[in-house]
Amino acid sequence: MMDRRDFMKYAGLSGLSLASIPLLKKLSAAELPQGSSHATKQLAMVVNLRKCLELDNCTKCIEACNQTHNIPLIDNPDDNIRWIWKERFDRAFEDQEHEHLTESIRWSPLVVMCNHCENPPCVRVCPTQATWKREKDGIVMMDWHRCIGCRYCMAACPYGSRSFNWRDPRQHLAKIQPDYPTRTKGVVEKCTFCDERLSRGQLPSCVEACSEKALTFGDLSDHKSEVRELLSSAYTIRRKPSLGTGPQVYYIV
Amino acid sequence: MLEKALYGDRKYWMWIISLTGVMVIGGLFYLHQFRNGLTVTGMSRDVTWGLYIAQFTFLVGVAASAVMVVLPYYLHNYKAFGKITILGEFLAISAVTMCVLFIVVDMGQPFRVINLFLHPSPRSMMLWDTVALMGYLLLNVLISRVTLSAERKGIAPPHWIKPVIILSIPWAISIHTVTAFLYSGLAARPFWMTAVLAPRFLASAFASGPALLILVCLILRKVAKYDVGREPIQKLAVIATYAMCANVFFFLMEVFTAAYSNIPEHMAHFEYLYFGLGNHHALVPWMWTSAALAVLTLILLLNPKFRAKENLLVVACAALFASIWIDKGMGMVVTGFIPSTAGQVHEYFPSVTEIFVALGIWALGILMVTAFYKIALSLRRSAA
Repeated sequence: MMDRRDFMKYAGLSGLSLASIPLLKKLSAAELPQGSSHATKQLAMVVNLRKCLELDNCTKCIEACNQTHNIPLIDNPDDNIRWIWKERFDRAFEDQEHEHLTESIRWSPLVVMCNHCENPPCVRVCPTQATWKREKDGIVMMDWHRCIGCRYCMAACPYGSRSFNWRDPRQHLAKIQPDYPTRTKGVVEKCTFCDERLSRGQLPSCVEACSEKALTFGDLSDHKSEVRELLSSAYTIRRKPSLGTGPQVYYIV
Repeated sequence: MLEKALYGDRKYWMWIISLTGVMVIGGLFYLHQFRNGLTVTGMSRDVTWGLYIAQFTFLVGVAASAVMVVLPYYLHNYKAFGKITILGEFLAISAVTMCVLFIVVDMGQPFRVINLFLHPSPRSMMLWDTVALMGYLLLNVLISRVTLSAERKGIAPPHWIKPVIILSIPWAISIHTVTAFLYSGLAARPFWMTAVLAPRFLASAFASGPALLILVCLILRKVAKYDVGREPIQKLAVIATYAMCANVFFFLMEVFTAAYSNIPEHMAHFEYLYFGLGNHHALVPWMWTSAALAVLTLILLLNPKFRAKENLLVVACAALFASIWIDKGMGMVVTGFIPSTAGQVHEYFPSVTEIFVALGIWALGILMVTAFYKIALSLRRSAA
């Protein structure tokens, strides 16, 4: 006859071993860290600031992104969701800034977004593989159905490219775009280079929306791509390259 | 065994009921947070971790510090700790439970916590921290249960438990090391990215844990008429003294490296903590209080004459605990985010909701400690 203590003991042990099965399975099957060399493609963005800064207060790319991806408009900056936004040069390129920098650049707001790093720290830290680097094209993807909302990725991202849904985003949507999902509160989200549009053969919505053609998008592994041509013809900088993240958004200053 | 916690006098029950009351209030505030999202906290897109994660970090230290009584007793056969090892282990169990709860209340989607086990990522330090903490919890539950039930029967604990206890020693070190790795591996946060973070975590834990245990022993003597004796308390004081010296030493190493190398990203965080940046200096008075308490602690502890006087020892232990709680439970986590990755200073203040949820979890931890100690002391009394 089993007494209460024995029952508790065995129930606890069985529960524990049951819980550890998927863990052990996953750990044994887990893949080793992958370098960029495995990716068949590496998608990248080149931002031409000379063109971008030509139009003052232009926000076409941001608006297009917000509408395409059902991004809530929240007044409180603490709770903001941003996939692509404007950051002043001295903040986006803190390590490049100096007091004699030409005024037209120094205080200029330039567009920033997820850098789709070659070696993304957000992917490294995510405890549930809710964010990962897609092998076929190098996009840093995000599964907001799996995300547990621990915000470790936000601590790890050196660019502030990730946003957390501090509140229910659906209450802050004027119009819902039916062909793109809305999110729930408590999950992290970010730019995915419009993976949904790419799969339909379209360009990212920000690239399409830019009337100045300041944003160029393409595959870096393709020698003849427009992005490769731009990178070999103009001097470009990246945000915090010294951290070893390998950001894939390049800026022509 | 557990039923022993159900027999107590009026004062005992008043204490239990008050703690339960705080827990219920904390629970109600958590429901509010659960319904409305983490927007009800003081956290923001710049400062994405706050009071909850800081309490978690601090309490991992309290949990790990049990090793400071387990190691001398089991490895060095230091008999004077015989009466308090169980107190240390029970403190560890309660602290780990609080850690788990602080993680859960910080999650945006707590019901998805199972994803940690369904889709574990071996590259994430959070997975290893979970493994380390769960393992430590199990070890301590097992050890305290086996040793206590042997004590109740008046027999020696079974031989197989000895290797388990020995295993719990490096395991205790590991939980706080891996917790430090959560932070120190992030290139984005220069304030945390320091090799001395894990050693410093351990030093501060091995100071604050024994200090807390001294206070607990003195409280037990008063309210439960259970005297562990003078020797273990004095020995714990020596341990806390060494650990506090190491903690302050490591801190000064950090300050030197940041200040002398003069790398702005490293300097900015210390400037924010101790002088403020621009108009932002919310933590400045706290950090100087912490520093002053640390100095007071060292004066009282380093002098054997002061340390030997119990009323001064109480002051020293309380000051030590408060100093490290401010440093680790308030300063350490949020300052990693201030200034932000874009060099922006966005301050953090915990919201009322956050404070009450945290108090609720602390009340639960204290309730657990109370009940566990009640059980342990009742068993010892009936055995005696």
